[in-house]
Amino acid sequence: MATTEEIQSGLAEILEEVAGVLPADATPEKSFTEDLDVDSLSMVEIATAVEDKFGVAIPDDELANIRTVGDAASFIEKNQS
Amino acid sequence: MSDIVVTGLGATTPLGGDVASSWAALLEGRSGIGLLTEDWAAQMPARVIGRLAVEPGEHIDRVQARRLDRCQQIALIAAREAWADAGSPQVDPERLAVVVGTGVGGALTMLAQDDVLEKTGPGRVSPLTIPMLMPNGSAATIGLELQARAGVHTPVSACAAGSEGIALGMDIIRAGRADVVVAGGAEACIHPLPMAGFSRMRALSTRNDDPEQASRPFDKGRDGFVLGEGAGLVVLERAEFARARGARIYAVLAGTGVSNDSFDMVQPHPEGCFAALAIRLALRNAGIQSADIGHVNAHATATPVGDLTEAGAILSAIGDGAAVSATKSMTGHMLGASGAVEAIFTILALRDQIVPGTLNATDLDDDPRVQALDIVRGAPRKATLRAAVNDSFGFGGHNVALVFTAA
Repeated sequence: MATTEEIQSGLAEILEEVAGVLPADATPEKSFTEDLDVDSLSMVEIATAVEDKFGVAIPDDELANIRTVGDAASFIEKNQS
Repeated sequence: MSDIVVTGLGATTPLGGDVASSWAALLEGRSGIGLLTEDWAAQMPARVIGRLAVEPGEHIDRVQARRLDRCQQIALIAAREAWADAGSPQVDPERLAVVVGTGVGGALTMLAQDDVLEKTGPGRVSPLTIPMLMPNGSAATIGLELQARAGVHTPVSACAAGSEGIALGMDIIRAGRADVVVAGGAEACIHPLPMAGFSRMRALSTRNDDPEQASRPFDKGRDGFVLGEGAGLVVLERAEFARARGARIYAVLAGTGVSNDSFDMVQPHPEGCFAALAIRLALRNAGIQSADIGHVNAHATATPVGDLTEAGAILSAIGDGAAVSATKSMTGHMLGASGAVEAIFTILALRDQIVPGTLNATDLDDDPRVQALDIVRGAPRKATLRAAVNDSFGFGGHNVALVFTAA
């Protein structure tokens, strides 16, 4: 089980790799599309990377509800086994 | 009718990461040909290739690069160079178009994602697969960067695609659709599948023991082409537009000619008559006599049949008075980029009044058509050039000729 801090830092790593977001910018309140310039295709890549890193699959209908970095972190935290 | 002028050049080739280094290497007679080093090479009958001299990752941001196929990356690199070289023209985006020809587009992405599909299933295939594999991806990448809104096009005509891109660029300006067009071609498909496919056609040189000698246009010992990769883009402008903004003019794109053999899917017509037709049409379009052509940058891939029919076509349409270069002897065959890169070499030949040499044509074919041509072998030759031709031919029967005149 990843801790909240591990999830946050893991998401920041994924965002840097996929979309070139600086880790300091990947804070929980940031919107992927509006603040971090992450497009819908990159969101799909991020979902795949989350599954690889945390073993948590994000179904497509859930992905649409994930707007901020914090939303993603909460989803991972709730659904990790 | 308006003149169309060339105001910017950009390229990345097996000879160099930009136009200046590629042209310098060409005039020095350096070969860009080497051996495959990948693990899969061992089982390939042909292991000789023209790999890019500079990896695209050195010129493109990592995050952007991972969203672009290699072909799109190098098209963008060449377009940026050409655009900057033209002085980044201030043009209404609705008067700016892009044309980038290609043979196969994002083949490396398609093949890599097919591996992902086979190994791990559809859920792991990249969401970027489609934009990276589509043949129009290179043109669209450049269009996005330059905000070109007068149309973004992709001729797909195998090894004639780069030349066809330039020909279409000229048509667009002449039709009044744009004042400026970024035009050329890009290709990057060095991979086991294309190499196996070309090998099964007996199209590739298997001179694996001596890569720099492998590409031998017009030579008796030629045994096929050497697969290369590269991109070449030029900035074309309506002459009045270029002069009004005080642009530096490299050359005039005086005419283009396009025809098709409609004879065989892959074999050229044995008489080369429709290749000659494309050259004649280009001369007529340019309003230039064949005697004025001082130089031909030939397609000359070093296949046994193609070089002979092309020699016949040049003799028939231009005669024996032009100094002929076969620069694929140094670059290999960049497929859909070759016509564009060779157009750039043709333009620079006019600018510098020098005809590049041809490597490895040490023992010319006995065919009388080859014997009759003035092939510049070995070192480049100083010349007084007023007009020059670049011709390109592709599987599917495509023939394209471009006529450039000195600025």
